[in-house]
Amino acid sequence: MGTIIKDYSYTPAKIKRGYSGKSLYINLSDLRIEQKEITEFMKEKFTGGKGFDLWYLWHAVTPETRWDSPENEIVMSVGPLGGITQYAGTGKTLLCSISPLTDIPIDSNVGGYFGPLLKFSGWDAFELQGKSEKEILIFIDGNNGRIQIEEAEEYPEDTHLLAEELTKKYAENEDDMVNVSVVCSGSGAKHSYMGMLNFSFYDPRRKVCRFKQAARGGLGTILHDKKVKALVVKYRGVKPNLNDAADISTINKVGVKYHKEVHDLDHKQNKMRQIGTANTIMIMSQYDLLPTRNFQTGGDPEAVKISPEVFINEWLTQGLHDGCWYGCTMSCAKCADHFLITTGPYAGQRVTVDGPEYECAAGLGANLGVFDPQAILEENFYCDTYGIDLISFATCTAFIMECYQRGQITREQMGGLDLRFGNSQAVLELMHQISRGEGFGRIAGLGIRKLKKIFVEEFGADPKLLQDIGMEVKGLEYSEYAHKESLAQQGGFAMATKGPQHDEAWLIFMDMVNKQIPTFEDKANALYYFPMFRTWFGLVGLCKLPWNDLVPADNYKTDSPAKVPEHVQNYVDIFNAVTGKHIDKEELILQSERVYQFQRVFSVRMGKGERKDDYPPYRSLGPVSREEYLSRQELYDKQLRELQKLDPETMDLDEKIAATRRYREDQYEQLMDAVYRRRGWTENGIPTPERLKAIGMDLPELLEVIEPKL
Amino acid sequence: MIKVNTEDYPWHPGMTVRNLLDEKQFTFRHIIVRVNGEFVSEEDYDKWLIQDGDDVLVLHLMAGG
Ligand code: SF4
Repeated sequence: MGTIIKDYSYTPAKIKRGYSGKSLYINLSDLRIEQKEITEFMKEKFTGGKGFDLWYLWHAVTPETRWDSPENEIVMSVGPLGGITQYAGTGKTLLCSISPLTDIPIDSNVGGYFGPLLKFSGWDAFELQGKSEKEILIFIDGNNGRIQIEEAEEYPEDTHLLAEELTKKYAENEDDMVNVSVVCSGSGAKHSYMGMLNFSFYDPRRKVCRFKQAARGGLGTILHDKKVKALVVKYRGVKPNLNDAADISTINKVGVKYHKEVHDLDHKQNKMRQIGTANTIMIMSQYDLLPTRNFQTGGDPEAVKISPEVFINEWLTQGLHDGCWYGCTMSCAKCADHFLITTGPYAGQRVTVDGPEYECAAGLGANLGVFDPQAILEENFYCDTYGIDLISFATCTAFIMECYQRGQITREQMGGLDLRFGNSQAVLELMHQISRGEGFGRIAGLGIRKLKKIFVEEFGADPKLLQDIGMEVKGLEYSEYAHKESLAQQGGFAMATKGPQHDEAWLIFMDMVNKQIPTFEDKANALYYFPMFRTWFGLVGLCKLPWNDLVPADNYKTDSPAKVPEHVQNYVDIFNAVTGKHIDKEELILQSERVYQFQRVFSVRMGKGERKDDYPPYRSLGPVSREEYLSRQELYDKQLRELQKLDPETMDLDEKIAATRRYREDQYEQLMDAVYRRRGWTENGIPTPERLKAIGMDLPELLEVIEPKL
Repeated sequence: MIKVNTEDYPWHPGMTVRNLLDEKQFTFRHIIVRVNGEFVSEEDYDKWLIQDGDDVLVLHLMAGG
């Protein structure tokens, strides 16, 4: 046990109507620990979760702050509904910080027990500022009202070892382990900008720590830079009404109704209980949406080797503890038990691998040309235990592989690594190098934006080609959906506030297959409603999956099945039942928009968040290379004829590629105009004072940022 | 000719909803089919005959995680 360097006592605040009313502030530079009041103003304007995070972060930083500035904060908050146990998906924590990849606020949501246990320990939010001199860990004892900061040099770095050791250390006995949750990263976060945070939950049936990830944007890198090895919370006594709900019977009623839907319908719909989010791998491949070999194509005949059936039948254990918070009957958190590791420092050991989620199988599989489930699971394990965001790692490595394939970089420049598509051994070796901070691993984890610069300036690569094939916007790597044929999704990714993650909008089927949103205005409406609605989950502490990965049997009868109106009503009812407020579904969108527009202004304040920052690489919009065009020649030729009235018979391949590009880039410009209008932004993407006033967000500090830009 | 999700699609005599879904490779399980506005349940996919000129809607219900 390390030396305790700070011991702080507090009286845990009682939760009233979903809020404890207190937030915890720790400054690592001078070991200052303070309590702050959650004001009525904060609840009114920011609701909770990401809203609280962004508000605190705004006041902590200046436009000059970068990810490693001492004043940068990691802020987390679970939201007023977080921790209820009667509905599915009620334990999500939202984290925000200034990202090393993007230099603007990143937000990342995560399951696991830490957030709800933190709230039951008396804290609606937690700000971590400053930098420690020595490696430390922070322990919060929510039952006894105690916070200890302890030196932590001696603990292991990698997540699966560290979390297990700390869980055992702080639990009194085996039964007590479920009351401990650990947040940590791993050795990969030290040497990359894509370090992520693991949030643990103890699985009493498997007797191991399981993990969910706050993956995007380099939060693990920041935690490591602050020299925090782990955060630990312990709270014993989780029970159904710790949130002091105003109307518990409504929550119970809505919960029972939802659990019955899961029981009756999940096996007929998405099979989330059986396979989790990876259920869609084959569907994505069949609909040309599975990103393959750096998003060059949308599927591959070999995808069948990583189909859900393969994982279900050969790798995943069924019927165990697979909810990442109490009460989640959707239970999508799958894992492979007793998995034998074959490479790296843990070769020869058997471990539990959390996953694979869809993003893992798609990103570390198809997008790297790896169609080997065993290799994917091993990559998954190492990303998790090293604390590396597998989405950024996968998309970035796919970019490196294509640069190599196209002769833009050489094997020698990669320190001898043969990073061809499909070479899973080289991918694993790259991960180990990142973890050790050696060889090509010293730069490979810096993210595509920085690699483009290095490859051009130091290796002589072609800047235009790298711009076209590097799948990043604002510095963040794309998540794993091919989307060349969905203009709405192109906008959903590139106009997303933090960077191209699909948690703001996933419109591919609505747009590309169902053709429900044919005009620019239709697409703009969808790119207003869905990002606003989806933002709300992160304000209140909920998981999005139970909203639309299962729908009521009669959902098809509704006017707008994609919105799943009955589940939206469930959320309105639960919000009112916990908080005692009286919102309706329009007010729900308003709550979200306040935070959404605040985050956009925050990005503007940090130097991004304008039109110039919302452009995608051309690979997102259309075929960059001849092979890509030829792979769907029939479709592209048809579009030349029907959309542009050109005769492809009279054009050579390069002319056809150029004409397609002109058309698609113009379509994207028109989409931006329509979306900006719908969101109440100027042509340059700046929220207008009128819009801010209309939603009650014309705060002086926001107006001060936008006025010079108008 | 019929319309499928607002776009022209060639019709042939004897075409059932199932044939259409197979031809279009609409393999996603979680869909809603309407023909001229009328809901077609999954049990009827094999026997529901699509007529020339019909307006078919095949809504895929997935909005991503
Ligand atoms: S649906 Fe899955 S990710 Fe969401 S809360 Fe439940 S187990 Fe966790």
